[in-house]
Amino acid sequence: MATPESLGILLRAQGRTRRRLIVNRIFEGSVVVAAIFAIALLGLMVWSVGSRGSSALNWDFFTKGPAVFGQAGGGIAPSFVGSFILVAIATLFALPTGVLAALYVSEFAPPRIANQVRLWLDVLNGFPSIVIGIFVFALMVKVKIPVIGIGRHQSAWAGGFALSIIMLPLVARSTMEVLKVVPSHLREASYALGVSKWQTVLRVVLPTSLGGILTGTTLAISRAAGETAPLLFTCAIAGNFVDWNPARSMLSIPLTIFEYSESPDDNLHAQAWAAAFVLIVVVLVTSLTARLLLERSRRKLGAAR
Amino acid sequence: MEAVAINPLKRTRKRHDRIGDGLLYGLTALAALIGILVVFAIIWRVAYGAWPAIKEFNVGFLWHNQWNATLGEFGARDLIIGTVVTSFGAVLIGGPLSIAIGLFLSELAPPSVRLVVGTLIEMLAAVPSVVIGLWGIFVLAPFDAQHLQPILGRTLGWIPIFAHGQDRVESTVFTAIIVLTIMVIPITSSICRELFIGVPTELEEGSVGLGATRWEMVRTVVVPSVRGGVVAAIILGLGRALGEAIAVTQVIGNFIPLKTSLLEPGDTLASRVANQYQGAITNIQVSSLIYLGLILLVITFVSNFLAQRVVKRFELQRGG
Repeated sequence: MATPESLGILLRAQGRTRRRLIVNRIFEGSVVVAAIFAIALLGLMVWSVGSRGSSALNWDFFTKGPAVFGQAGGGIAPSFVGSFILVAIATLFALPTGVLAALYVSEFAPPRIANQVRLWLDVLNGFPSIVIGIFVFALMVKVKIPVIGIGRHQSAWAGGFALSIIMLPLVARSTMEVLKVVPSHLREASYALGVSKWQTVLRVVLPTSLGGILTGTTLAISRAAGETAPLLFTCAIAGNFVDWNPARSMLSIPLTIFEYSESPDDNLHAQAWAAAFVLIVVVLVTSLTARLLLERSRRKLGAAR
Repeated sequence: MEAVAINPLKRTRKRHDRIGDGLLYGLTALAALIGILVVFAIIWRVAYGAWPAIKEFNVGFLWHNQWNATLGEFGARDLIIGTVVTSFGAVLIGGPLSIAIGLFLSELAPPSVRLVVGTLIEMLAAVPSVVIGLWGIFVLAPFDAQHLQPILGRTLGWIPIFAHGQDRVESTVFTAIIVLTIMVIPITSSICRELFIGVPTELEEGSVGLGATRWEMVRTVVVPSVRGGVVAAIILGLGRALGEAIAVTQVIGNFIPLKTSLLEPGDTLASRVANQYQGAITNIQVSSLIYLGLILLVITFVSNFLAQRVVKRFELQRGG
């Protein structure tokens, strides 16, 4: 049988070609190694949080307040309640503002102004969260706000407001992205029936994009739930008990992790790991679900087009 | 009436539709305005809060190097240097890694791997900074002190920035750089992936058709055609690193004056604000801390604006 070798044809690369293939191999190898490295880091982090955090988890952790300093046991129930209230306040401010701003950009604004709004929202998104903490501190904690009467001290209102500034650009930008893929023939059909603009927006555009808006908001919430820096000066000094009054300062999960991690007490370290475990599970699960839903609703809208 | 002639529809519109349209327009415009106003309110309020310190220390604050609450002397030099060193360090390590990850996801990985790995890396971005900081204190810092530092000290110790003392220090600038690298990678790599995927397939196929290897295709076609975007992605990652307060303050040791070696404690602008705000008593100390915030704001503002411009120019090039 005539194999290529027997005919004297070389199938193995030599010389320059060989060198090029080797360089290519090195490139491919290093790229794969980089990706594995990044995933290994994530895995390592989740693994250490999981293994150290799950051991400190028990029923008391979710239902009880912190133990007296130096004693074992106790939980972080006040932080759970606090985080819930803070995030609720933040969503209350950021969701309507963000969605309306996005509607303005996609439905009403002339392109030049729309670009400006988009630009400044991106700038806001790029601001360090600690600076937003300083801003709200100077605005609501240091001075008393006339009329409403909040201020002069830390409160859940102030903390929630700071978190809402983090959420606002995220909600607005994700809503804009969803509104962009709402098929224009839906709008046109509505107009052709003589429906006015506001009715079209409320009854056609918003319902079509509702799923996407909700997933965007969920992502923003999961980001806000993990933010520590904006709360540091706006809602940090609080009593060790469950408190539902937003006019008072309250504990929160990220801040509890931060403070426990800097303390010398081993029991508190264990609790910090447990709190981090809960936080990371909540954040990862919500963001993963939101992402999957977003993918689905985008595909659905794409199919409708 | 002229208006009717121009817009005959106007007369047929019902009254409540006119009100509804106006109301919705007004509300949405107001919300957009609030979004923009918040940006300027932040800039104004932070500048206003820093004003006493600006009056007291002037621009000399930027290169003065003192942080003494009892003497009332404050200066930001080493904090600015600390911020720049940690952020650029993180970008120096994280940038190439992110580009590599982006290339892996766009050019090498099969679709199933691409989806899974891409999602995993985006989830790295969702991990809260305080959790990364916690991990930094209890896992990374000890590992760094016991294993990395001796190796670095032995092999690179002759370079001043890697000089390694006898005692093992856990809170170091180097640890902060690694923590920031972890925070930079998800942002930069996911943008890079989008950019590389966006390179027209005809260009890539043309290059391969001419006999180029994958590396040659990447080097001559893929990367050059999105160079601006890659730069912008790296600047955005840099912006994240510059402004990170919590995770850095947890691992860096909060110590100035800065030492030459990276294997020693240090501090950054954001980290100092986070660390000292609660303990600040005198007005001038609070104001000085806000001054630090203002410097940070200016730095991140400039870097983000730069990224926007690069992206804009890049988009124009693409369109043209």
